[in-house]
Amino acid sequence: MPPAIRAERLVKKYGEVTALDGLDLEVEEGTVMGLLGPNGAGKTTTVRVLTTLLEPDSGHAEVAGVDVLRRPQELRRRIGVSGQYAAVDEHLTGLENLVMVGRLYHLGAAASRARARELLEQFDLTAAADRQVKGYSGGMRRRLDLAGALVARPPVLFLDEPTTGLDPRGRVGMWDVIEDLVRGGTTLLLTTQYLEEADRLADRIVVIDHGRVIALGTADELKSHVGGERIEIVLHDAAQLATAREQAVGLGIGESTADERDRRLTIPVDGGSDDLVELLHRLGRAGVGISEAGLRRPTLDDVFLALTGHVAAEAETVDDEDGAA
Amino acid sequence: MSAIREAVSDSWVITGRNLRKIRRVPDLLVFTILSPIMFVLLFAYVFGNAIGSQDTGVDYQEFLIAGIFAQTVVFGATFTGYSLAEDLQKGIIDRFRSLPMSPSSVVVGRTVSDIGINVISLAVMALTGLVVGWRIRSSVLEAIGGFLLLLAFSFAISWIMASVGLLVRAPEVVNNASFIVIFPLTFIANTFVSISNLPGPLATFANWNPVSSVTQAARELFGNTDPRAPAPDVWSLQHPVLYTLIWVGIILTVFVPLSIRLYQRAASR
Repeated sequence: MPPAIRAERLVKKYGEVTALDGLDLEVEEGTVMGLLGPNGAGKTTTVRVLTTLLEPDSGHAEVAGVDVLRRPQELRRRIGVSGQYAAVDEHLTGLENLVMVGRLYHLGAAASRARARELLEQFDLTAAADRQVKGYSGGMRRRLDLAGALVARPPVLFLDEPTTGLDPRGRVGMWDVIEDLVRGGTTLLLTTQYLEEADRLADRIVVIDHGRVIALGTADELKSHVGGERIEIVLHDAAQLATAREQAVGLGIGESTADERDRRLTIPVDGGSDDLVELLHRLGRAGVGISEAGLRRPTLDDVFLALTGHVAAEAETVDDEDGAA
Repeated sequence: MSAIREAVSDSWVITGRNLRKIRRVPDLLVFTILSPIMFVLLFAYVFGNAIGSQDTGVDYQEFLIAGIFAQTVVFGATFTGYSLAEDLQKGIIDRFRSLPMSPSSVVVGRTVSDIGINVISLAVMALTGLVVGWRIRSSVLEAIGGFLLLLAFSFAISWIMASVGLLVRAPEVVNNASFIVIFPLTFIANTFVSISNLPGPLATFANWNPVSSVTQAARELFGNTDPRAPAPDVWSLQHPVLYTLIWVGIILTVFVPLSIRLYQRAASR
């Protein structure tokens, strides 16, 4: 079976800036692909090219068996797109928005109306159906936008950062909705800068940076690729981070990383709990005060850090705190 | 064949979406209804008394109504550019461009719904005009012709504004920039004063300004002219209907394809 999405050597430049630098991508039918990368990595540009919103400078792409560049209109019948910014009309009601989209898919007036009602029900928006969207919350707008992408029951769906800007509750709600959706067999390309999100929703993940694929695999494959485990120590006092780092020298299998704000030191190790005990001894002798210590499997954060040399997004740390609250 | 039917249906859906907004956005209602009333009253009572009947041959109230009509529909056309820029900014154009709809329909729907807005403005102004003493002194058919010509002219200007809006993408900038052009365009004309009162270069500009010709045409079609004060002896004002239609034709020929192209290229971010 041919892949539902295939992109080959996509290049897109904006003046000096190279947004896509020969990007290759394949997504099997009925699977969820997570496109992971920091801001400016080329995630949105990739989605815009694959959904006919942007023409690449060069390269080739096929979605749902349709050549993206040669038959854009034919492709638009077979895809749904929901963007980072909810593309809904504020002055129309939720119902009117979806009916309008249905009519523009040429479903006919009655079928558009029936489908709109169905989607409002599915996305828990029935009570707000006849209210203007300008009174909707961010999460409701996002759900309505996603509903808009599903009006024509497209076999291939593109979601560009579907939970960016949502509060933790809104995010979990959106994840449930997306999980229901892919259970029905829809092929999904999902971009995100949240590693947790890719971990939870995606069958396979491609990590991109500077418009190029730098890693590809399942979440587990990527994690084991990085190898070992992680010791995480949280200190009483961030001023002692440097001392703690010195004590850890020679212990791990790679460079340790320190996070001033969270007073956290992370050290990749392959000796399991023996390494943890040894480190605690050393820190105790050096008089470093410890408030938390533990051993864990690498997360996609670690994968990202190992691959790119920087963290996924500034927003990430903020959201971790939200999640813990 | 079905492509044409789809294009018509898509444009109609977009027109409906735009017209719903008139009822729901109060500023828009003010723009469409109150400001035309205000213009008629201000010009009729402030300018009307101050300027009096110059050598226009007819009562000034009657002289200036067609001018106010012309000015208002031209200003009304800026709304086309403003709205398209706003749609681009808010991201709804992204949704439209990802749908299998006819590529011309967003801009066609916009310009068509702005005719609707201008119809409302014209009706309100005509009623206000009747209240302050304006009369139609021609036949019903001619009067309808006058209104249709005003609408055709504003439809053409709408397409210019569509291109501006799609290029500029910032609604406020569209408004401010177009006012700088439209104010002189509607004032250096026969809208509020007789061209014979204008100094040389301005008179030449006014003679060939299509705003003058559409105003002159409307005056003639409403029967608001006086044979004792004929229009300036230039071809444009001696054949104002034809001259206006030539402008409408040229503008549409250039700006319809241009606007549709710009729309297709307008990746909104």
